[in-house]
Amino acid sequence: MAKFGKKTKAEVSIPTSALPDIIFMLLFFFMVTTVLREQEILVEQKIPQATQLQKLQKKTLISYIFIGKPKNTALYGTEPRVQANDALLTTPDIVQWVNQERDLLPEADRGLITISMKVDRDVKMGPISDVQNELREADARRILYASIGKVQK
Amino acid sequence: MARKKNRMSTEVNAGSMADIAFLLLIFFLVTTTIASDKGILNILPPKPDPNNPPPEIDLNKRNIFNILINANDQLLVEDEFRDSPDGLDEDVKAFIMNFGAPNEEATALYNSLPASVKALSARNPESSDHPGEAVVSIKTNRGTSYEKYLEVFDLAKKAYFDIYAARVNLSTDEYRGLTGKNDAETSLQDRGKEGIPMAISIAEPDKIGGN
Repeated sequence: MAKFGKKTKAEVSIPTSALPDIIFMLLFFFMVTTVLREQEILVEQKIPQATQLQKLQKKTLISYIFIGKPKNTALYGTEPRVQANDALLTTPDIVQWVNQERDLLPEADRGLITISMKVDRDVKMGPISDVQNELREADARRILYASIGKVQK
Repeated sequence: MARKKNRMSTEVNAGSMADIAFLLLIFFLVTTTIASDKGILNILPPKPDPNNPPPEIDLNKRNIFNILINANDQLLVEDEFRDSPDGLDEDVKAFIMNFGAPNEEATALYNSLPASVKALSARNPESSDHPGEAVVSIKTNRGTSYEKYLEVFDLAKKAYFDIYAARVNLSTDEYRGLTGKNDAETSLQDRGKEGIPMAISIAEPDKIGGN
């Protein structure tokens, strides 16, 4: 009668002892890829969308210039302003700024300096054309219109 | 006889380690902005030299594809009014690859093209002679929005990249992804571009509608 042997139950719990290691791996990945912003953006930045995006091979050659309406309109007014590094520039200062940025690069790469223009989508072409004229003056003719990818229909 | 001491457990409780790691992970997830250095590359013309003015080049009107954008973001494409830039890339492509009056070199170029690109050629005498002569000109007002300008510039670039990519049998995205980091990629890039220079001219904006 009592011949029903006890069934050996299968182990149902998943071993979780390796979970912290996995989480730590993810953690380290994000810690390494994180770039904490070292500069405060003083102008509005709603980057426009585009489809034909290209990536540059050498990131060290890129210097950033931000154009947009100032966030602090009480202090800087509502007209679009140009920001480079962490200060607002007037248009004629751009040549000097480009030369400073170029001096930071190794000598062989100085001709290849690329200016990434991060322009708010509400800015008109007038100020942008003025900035481009200054960049031509400074002989920094490679520019990158920073934009984010558009989902293609 | 030594009494057996009730030793305290020496093991650290590691059960909450995962929770701590999760907290840190979530913090970094939230603060991370993966830096994106993507954008549309443009090469500005050199600054005008007063001692050495650029040579006057007379281009035939048929070799210039005129795109005007006014301060209300309306377009005038080849003297034709448009409200939106949709479909402009196809028009630009047809203009570049028209081969209206090809010279010897351009005829050789035409014969080397794959059939899908050849199909674009309409041989219209009113449009561009051959790709080496064709220029796409974009002119804005000072009051034109940057967004619209970038959209049109984007479409003009797309037209060229579509042609380049079709020549080397890649999709446009694949062609654009080539960075030239090894010889194979560089040669692919060069084969796509050969004989068809990307000629997009950005004219100085005029003063209407801006400051």
